[in-house]
Amino acid sequence: MSDLSRKRVVTTEAPWVRYTLTAVALAFILLFLVLPLAAVFAEASRKGLQAFIDALREPDAWSAIKLTLITAAIAVPMNLVFGIAAAWCIAKYEFRGKAFLTTLVDLPFSVSPVVAGLIYVLMFGAQGWFGPWLAAHNIKIVFAVPGIVLATIFVTFPFIARELIPLMQAQGNDEEQAAIVLGANGWQTFWHVTLPNIKWGLIYGVILCNARAMGEFGAVSVVSGHIRGQTNTMPLHVEILYNEYQSVAAFAVASLLALLAVVTLAIKSVVQWRHEREMKAAAEIPPERPPALKEAI
Amino acid sequence: MTAASLGVPLPGGAAASSRGGSKKVLPGFNLTLGYTLLYLSLIVLIPLSALVFKTFTLSSAQFWAAIASPRVLASYRLTFGASLIAAVVNAVFGLLVAWVLVRYNFPGKKVVDALVDLPFALPTAVAGIALTALLAGNGWLGQYLEPLGIKLAFNPNGVVIALIFIGLPFVVRTVQPVLEDSERELEEAAMCLGANRWQTFIHVIFPSVAPALLTGFAMAFARAIGEYGSVIFIAGNVPMVSEITPLVIIGKLEQYDYAGATAVATVMLAMSFLLLLVINALQGWQRRRSGAG
Repeated sequence: MSDLSRKRVVTTEAPWVRYTLTAVALAFILLFLVLPLAAVFAEASRKGLQAFIDALREPDAWSAIKLTLITAAIAVPMNLVFGIAAAWCIAKYEFRGKAFLTTLVDLPFSVSPVVAGLIYVLMFGAQGWFGPWLAAHNIKIVFAVPGIVLATIFVTFPFIARELIPLMQAQGNDEEQAAIVLGANGWQTFWHVTLPNIKWGLIYGVILCNARAMGEFGAVSVVSGHIRGQTNTMPLHVEILYNEYQSVAAFAVASLLALLAVVTLAIKSVVQWRHEREMKAAAEIPPERPPALKEAI
Repeated sequence: MTAASLGVPLPGGAAASSRGGSKKVLPGFNLTLGYTLLYLSLIVLIPLSALVFKTFTLSSAQFWAAIASPRVLASYRLTFGASLIAAVVNAVFGLLVAWVLVRYNFPGKKVVDALVDLPFALPTAVAGIALTALLAGNGWLGQYLEPLGIKLAFNPNGVVIALIFIGLPFVVRTVQPVLEDSERELEEAAMCLGANRWQTFIHVIFPSVAPALLTGFAMAFARAIGEYGSVIFIAGNVPMVSEITPLVIIGKLEQYDYAGATAVATVMLAMSFLLLLVINALQGWQRRRSGAG
C-alpha cells in the first residue's frame, strides 16, 4: 500500500487509505452526532407547527422554561466570579498546595451528577444536617428552587475557572506588573489589562457553563422533587412528558434545548476562530523572527 | 474538560520566568485565594464531607449490605463494563476522527470539527430521548435493525451507545492538539530510514499520541461511570440487567433509604477520586512527554 505513496508524498497515506479513513470517521460522526440531533427536530415537528407551539405554550412548559432561565441567571454569574478569582490566584502566584487546589477545583467534573444532588439532600433534606433547623424556620432548600440552583452551581463549578487558568498562565504577569508599576491599582489593572487578554476564554467558558447549567438533569433531578409548575426545569419537564408518552411535546421542549446546544457550538466556534486569528496576527507582528517565537513556545 | 479548552493545551512553562517575584507586585492574592477557598468549601467540600460523615454513621454490616447486595453488584458490573466498552470504542474512533480532522482536508471540515463538541453542549436528557427515538423498535434505525435481530435499545447495548455518545469529545479533544503539534520531520526521517507508512504510524506517531490517547480514554471512562441522564431513557432500567449504579442510588432515595443511597454514593465517589488521580498522573506524563519532545 505504501510503495506508491512513498514515491510521491512522504508523510501522507495513499489516496484510498485517506478516503476510507475519512469516510469511516464521517460515518461515525453522522451516526452518533448528526442523526440524534436531527431526530430531536424531526420528532418535535412530526405533528406540525401548531402542535409544537401548543406544547411550548402550555403553562407547565412555560414555568419550566422560566425556572431554567432563573437557575442559569444565578449559577453562571456565581461561577464567573469564582472562576476569575480562582484563575487569578492560581495563575498569577506561586504558593504551596497550588496543584492540590487546582485538582479540587476540577473535582465536580468527576463526581456523578446523581451524587452531586445527593450531597445537598444530605445537607438540607428533612433528615440532613440542617434539616431540622430549616424546617423550624420554614425554609425550603431541597425540593425547592434553592436546591436546584445549588446543584446546578456544583455541576457547572469548574467550567469558567478551567478555561481561564491555562490562558492566564500562558500570558504571564508582565503586562499586569507594568500597569502596577505605572500606577494603576489592582482593579484598574484587571479591568484594562487582564480582561481584554482573557476575553475569548471568558466568553467560551461562560457559554459552556450556561449550556450545562440549562441542560443539567441528573443532579437537578435528585433535588427537585419534580413538582410540576414549581420545581421543574426544562430537562425534567422533557422527562415527565416523555414518560407520559407525550412524545411530540417532549421533543418540542427538547428541541429548544437542542437549539441552545447548536447556538452554543456556533458561538464557541466563532470565538475559537477569532481567538486563533488574533493569536496568528500577534505571532506575525515581528516579521523577522517568527521561527524564534515558535521555538520559544 | 481540559480537553475542551481552546484547542491547544497552553504551555505552563512560558510564564514560569515572570512568575517568580510577582507576589510582591500584583495585588489581590489574599482576596482571590480567600474567596476561592471559601466558595470551594461552601459549594463542594462541606457538602461532599456530609456524604462521608453520613457514611460513618452506618455500621460496617449496614454499609456492606448496601454496597454488596446482588442488585447493586449487578449495577457495578453493567456500569463499569459498559463504560469500559464505550471508552475503548471512543479511543479507537476518537483517534480516527482527530487524525482525519488534523491530517486530511474535506468539505465541511470546520462544521464537523465544531460538531464534535455536541455531547458537551447537548443536555443529557435530550441526548437520551433522541438516541431512544433512533434505536427503539419503531425508530429511524431500529425499524431496520430489529428484524435482523439487533436490539440496541432497552437493554445493555443501549447503555453502551449512550455512553459512546457522551464520551466522544474527550478523546478527540485531547488527541487533536497533540497531533497538530507533532513534528512531520520525525515521520520523514522514519520514511527515509525505510519504514513504510504503517510502521511509521505504529513506531513513531502512535507513541507520541499515546499519553494523550490514554488521558482521553480515562476521561471518557470517568465521565461514563457517573453518567445518568442520557442512559436512563435508552437502558430500559431492568434490575439486575440494565440498571446502572446512579439509578440504584436514585431508586434507594425514592424509597427513603438514605443510608443505602449514601453507601453506594460513597463507593462511586471513591471511584471518582481514584480516576481523578489517574487522569492527573496521565496529564503529568503527557506534559513531560511533550516537554521532552
